[in-house]
Amino acid sequence: MLLSALLILPLLGVLVPLWAHQYGRTRCAWATAAAPALALLILFLNLPGIADGQVLASRATWIPALGLEWHVRLDGLAWLFALLILGIGLLVILYARYYLSEKDSMARFYSYLMLFMLAMLGVVLSGNLIQLWMFWELTSISSFLLISFWWHKSEARRGARMALTITGAGGLFLLAGFLMLGQVVGSYDLDQVLAQGDLIREHAWYPAILICVLLGAFTKSAQFPFHFWLPHAMAAPTPVSAYLHSATMVKAGIFLLARMYPALAGTELWFVIVSSVGMATLLVGGYFALYKHDLKGLLAYSTVSHLGLITLLLGLDTQLAAIAAVFHIINHATFKASLFMAAGIIDHECGTRDMRYLNGLWRYMPHTAALAMVAAAAMAGVPLLNGFLSKEMFFAETLQQELLGGLSWLIPALATLAGVFSVAYSARFIHDVFFNGEPIGLDRTPHEPPRYMKIPVEILVALCLLVGILPSFTVDGLLRMASGAVLATELPTYNLSIWHGFNFPLLMSVIALIGGITLYSQRKRLFLFHSRFERFDASETFERQMQKFLAWAVSLQAKVDNQSFQRYLFALLSLALLMAATPLLDLYHLEGGRELHPLDGVSLMGFVLLAVGSVATVIWHQQRLVSLLMLSVVGLVVSVAFARFSAPDLALTQLAVEVVTVILLMLALFFLPQKSHPDSSPSRLVRDLGLAAVFGGIIGSISYALMTRPLDSISHFFLENSKSGGGGTNAVNVILVDFRGFDTLGEITVLGIAALGIYKLLLRLRLYMPASDGEGRAWAVERHPRMLATLSQSLLPLALLVSVYIFLRGHNLPGGGFIAGLVTAVAMILQYVAHGVDWLQPRLQHLKYQRMIAWGVLISTMTGMASWLFDRPFLTSWFDYLHWPLVGKFEIASAIAFDLGVYLTVVGATLLILANLGKMTTVARPQRQAEE
Amino acid sequence: MSHLITLPILVPMLTGLVMLLPPINTSRTRQRLFAGASLIVQLVLAMALINQATQTPWSFYAMGDWQAPFGIMLMLDRMNALLVMLTSILAFATFLYASAGEDNEGAYFQPLFQFQLMGIQGAFLTGDVFNLFVFFEVLLIASYALLMHGGTKQRTRAGLHYVTLNLVGSALFLFALGILYGTLGTLNMVDMAAKVQHLPEDTAPLVAAGGLLLLVVFGLKAALLPLHFWLPQSYSAAAAPVAALFAIMTKVGLYAIIRIFSLVFGEHAGELAQLAQAWLWPLALLTIAAGILGVLSSQDLRRLVAHLVVISVGSLLAVTSIGNAQALAAVLYYTLHSTLISAALFLLVDMIANQRGKAGSRVVAARPVAQPLALGACFMVAGLSIAGMPPFSGFVGKVMLMQTMPSAGWMLGFWPLALLSGLATLVIFSRAGSTLFWRVHGQATETQGSPKAHWFGMGLLLSASLVLTLWAAELTAYTQVAAQHLMQVDTLIQTLLPLHVPGDLTP
Repeated sequence: MLLSALLILPLLGVLVPLWAHQYGRTRCAWATAAAPALALLILFLNLPGIADGQVLASRATWIPALGLEWHVRLDGLAWLFALLILGIGLLVILYARYYLSEKDSMARFYSYLMLFMLAMLGVVLSGNLIQLWMFWELTSISSFLLISFWWHKSEARRGARMALTITGAGGLFLLAGFLMLGQVVGSYDLDQVLAQGDLIREHAWYPAILICVLLGAFTKSAQFPFHFWLPHAMAAPTPVSAYLHSATMVKAGIFLLARMYPALAGTELWFVIVSSVGMATLLVGGYFALYKHDLKGLLAYSTVSHLGLITLLLGLDTQLAAIAAVFHIINHATFKASLFMAAGIIDHECGTRDMRYLNGLWRYMPHTAALAMVAAAAMAGVPLLNGFLSKEMFFAETLQQELLGGLSWLIPALATLAGVFSVAYSARFIHDVFFNGEPIGLDRTPHEPPRYMKIPVEILVALCLLVGILPSFTVDGLLRMASGAVLATELPTYNLSIWHGFNFPLLMSVIALIGGITLYSQRKRLFLFHSRFERFDASETFERQMQKFLAWAVSLQAKVDNQSFQRYLFALLSLALLMAATPLLDLYHLEGGRELHPLDGVSLMGFVLLAVGSVATVIWHQQRLVSLLMLSVVGLVVSVAFARFSAPDLALTQLAVEVVTVILLMLALFFLPQKSHPDSSPSRLVRDLGLAAVFGGIIGSISYALMTRPLDSISHFFLENSKSGGGGTNAVNVILVDFRGFDTLGEITVLGIAALGIYKLLLRLRLYMPASDGEGRAWAVERHPRMLATLSQSLLPLALLVSVYIFLRGHNLPGGGFIAGLVTAVAMILQYVAHGVDWLQPRLQHLKYQRMIAWGVLISTMTGMASWLFDRPFLTSWFDYLHWPLVGKFEIASAIAFDLGVYLTVVGATLLILANLGKMTTVARPQRQAEE
Repeated sequence: MSHLITLPILVPMLTGLVMLLPPINTSRTRQRLFAGASLIVQLVLAMALINQATQTPWSFYAMGDWQAPFGIMLMLDRMNALLVMLTSILAFATFLYASAGEDNEGAYFQPLFQFQLMGIQGAFLTGDVFNLFVFFEVLLIASYALLMHGGTKQRTRAGLHYVTLNLVGSALFLFALGILYGTLGTLNMVDMAAKVQHLPEDTAPLVAAGGLLLLVVFGLKAALLPLHFWLPQSYSAAAAPVAALFAIMTKVGLYAIIRIFSLVFGEHAGELAQLAQAWLWPLALLTIAAGILGVLSSQDLRRLVAHLVVISVGSLLAVTSIGNAQALAAVLYYTLHSTLISAALFLLVDMIANQRGKAGSRVVAARPVAQPLALGACFMVAGLSIAGMPPFSGFVGKVMLMQTMPSAGWMLGFWPLALLSGLATLVIFSRAGSTLFWRVHGQATETQGSPKAHWFGMGLLLSASLVLTLWAAELTAYTQVAAQHLMQVDTLIQTLLPLHVPGDLTP
């Protein structure tokens, strides 16, 4: 639990500044520092165990399904990193208190910083790969917030986005790598993964795993060719740079390499990739650092270079190299953090970081200058400073290499060259800034910063000196602890003394020092040479490429989705065609075993009419009225076909539906253009015709196959039980209101919703009455012929009577609520047509169609719910036979009530649509008043 | 006897109907209160369903007392109980949001909203394929009316495409049902599963054709490539609360695919086992790719979110096609995440657009929003969550999906797309976010922030990104059992149809 506090404390720390900032800036800083300070204390409390080589752990279950466990794991390596993160973090908090101006939101800054600290601690303390990855991505996200802290600057936004994109992409590779590792090992537990090194290295997936994990590490640690994001992350406030680019963010990748060393290292592939990438980064970073005029730019590239050095060490095939890597991690963190802070002080006091203007600052800020010079000397690898020791070890290790066979001498040679660069840019940092004449064009006179701003730098520089002079007293134990965790074996013997006698590494150091000074003295020529290259700004190029890429995506998307409905439909039908047709290839015979009926004349005629009607509908589709008439022929034939095949209910329904639909379409056509667009192109036509023909063929084949096969279905049950169980002899009606009454309930709801939806649409519509029909003929003068009016009026009661009749007989004979409703609706529409809205409006003002729909569905539903009173399921029907004098024996069934609901809904819905569509251009136009 | 299973369908239905009648229909306030109360009831009902589902693997309800396979049957298991719950939560949050005034921009919003819920819950709960068709119709027609709510020209056009495509889809649905009934002779899903196991050789291809046509229909609902075109168009055009509610609509398609293709055409289907896999897997992967392209090309936040829905659909369907318990468990968890978070995003984008004035949801430099800190933070959380970044729900969900790949071949297909989609989302969100919140000039046009109801509705949904992570252990435990039950087809057949004799074709 104490271990978990290492993560819980910074998590709380995220909230502290948000609360504490109201008590003033200094108090806010102190309050923020409390959590990391406490965590540091806990870290030291755990030191004795770790120093003994123990691995401490605190576990809790989290998401077993994911293999994710809460596992805080503290070993030597994690301890070292936690120390760096917390220690330097505390110094950065102190430093930032004086660095941030009044305008900057301190609460936001500290909050982001603590979030970042949490993420970093999470990475180094995770004992579960998934958990590690979680924190890994959190570092990317929180660093995005930190880099873009001054979000009003475009370079900050761009730098932050670029960092997020590159490290985010790497993070995803890392996830893939971790997931594969988990599958290979069978667990995401770090202890198990580290113990299964041999298994992993021999697995077929090893190369894939390695490359994914390395991509994660390299992008994070700004290794070549992913190094370009790091210098642009310098748009962040300097405390952020000091933190992210010395001890934390970029070290996360290095940490990962060290962490996975026992599991992944030790193969040819590892050494080749890691050492060559490290070497390339070392040189590229060192070279470009020379040319940066911006102080922080120089430091950024030097960071890249030093990260390359550490990577290279981890890629060299010796245990001592790994130890040297750990040592350099410590040293680089101390001197680089202090250098960034010094650069921040200079920027703070001079208002610029450009070394072409900053000169001779020694006179103005000797104290700061002295500190910066010591740190820079450590960076250059000057004896008696910590950088010298690890660099010496590095040189020694490069000499032991046989990786390149006969060309192995290249490694120490290139290492020395990198050393030369390193000395040269360090010399430039010292000489350009603190000597070299007078400052140029500063708008203020520089002076020493506030006392407390220097304290963090002093502490770090003191450490550089202490480690450099007394290595075995100060750092040896820590180094052994951490290296032990990296190598996971007995440590080889090594000697941390500052003097090893005259040997090759010393010679290399001397060459580097002399070469570096020489190179620096020749800088004018060097800059001249470099200026002949085309200027290259990674941030701009990245942004440009990104925009180009996105523009390409836009144009491609426009091609894929051209917003054409025809294309959508084509895709839908083609896919349906393909998927329905493919299985048919496995069908041996289309025709099943059933005997065919002989073909008779009536059927043949119906078939021909149907086909002709369909084709005619398509041919005349431009003349919409004609097309509609042809469509009604199709509908009519279908109705007749139903009747022919002994389904009178369906025939009746279909007929009524046809009538209503045609009236509806006529009304709609009235408002629409009379002619449609000209035809599509011939190729389109062929395509569509082809698709339609093949689709028809397939569906036809399937139907034929189905109809010629014997079928054993549940339908016999309905026929047998319709009288005994449902109380009606008309099985179709019993199916509708009883067996599958729930479907009917759903469908009348659909009808009701459709009516409401159309009404809703009409409310928004502004339609105008066309002056003439398609051919330019004016409308008839007499709008409501007297003959029709008289006739329809007398027909109304008759029609209503017919619907009652149809309704009542429904249960036993063809009929029912649905048909009755349609008949009533047609009769009503006839009144509208014959008399006009003006005449009908006052006579029907109490008939509210919307309520009729609602009541209709309600009645049906409540009929269904009534069966609950008898402890039966929803819609259980009941019927009985009554004897009344005169009337005789008749049946009474709950289905009647259900059917009444159907009737009301159908009438209401049909009229809500038709009547309102008809009223569109009249004064009674539908208008919205409180949902009615 | 318990009628609990019917209530998630009947309660919204009755609520919608009563809202059309006096005295509720005449007052906006009364409608809101009534709808709100009903939604709370629906939440409670959903909890009761979950409770019941955890106690018995399957519960059945025979409509009209006509026993399976003859009558219509409702069926409850852990999977659909969870989805009913999800729908209720989503509905409650979007209702809150809409009650700030969006419900007043056109007629019948509240009743249609309830009918929409009725359709969705019915589709989840029914155990009968024809009844599924009916509920598809209910939700289609309601969604069409809702889509045009507060209609603009763009909305009406998108609505037309949506409704026409779906009508063609309905026609195909009927074809499919005709084929399946014509071969299997039954409509009850469980009975169909029993029948499919012992098909005569010369009928099996016909059944396959019917089954695959169903896949087309469900794929259209779920927005599977190449049937996905309608989605970005209509979702980005719809009013925000409608778009948010629609986040569950693609899941209805997904649910239907899982239900039919694990029960009827799953591992136990003999010759037709894993019928959908060969089609679903490649198309789903292409869907992810299409979604990624859409995300990269979006210059408008609404469209961006719509394309994110396409990506999540593709990911879900790809993993669904694996068809084993582990995969379906992951799919169920990810469904919760993707539904709630994409709905939250639709609402959030609307809030941002409202506060930006003329620039709306277009990603261009413009005036700042009135509440930059709160909106920015929410935007970031939502973006990270949908991109699959820790510590939010998308991370748990996506990693779980990735872990389900049974072999290296599957991995090679799915992982790159899953990871790329995350990266593309991250890149686009960082670009959009920095433009919206940082590249600003002038003063905010709206001095007032969003109404409280908006914050509540959106916040409720967005909180899922943390809740789903913190309670992931419990939820995944639930979904794992749910998925295992989906695999126990034979037990289900024996439970419902004890008279069923393997090999016997008579019902």
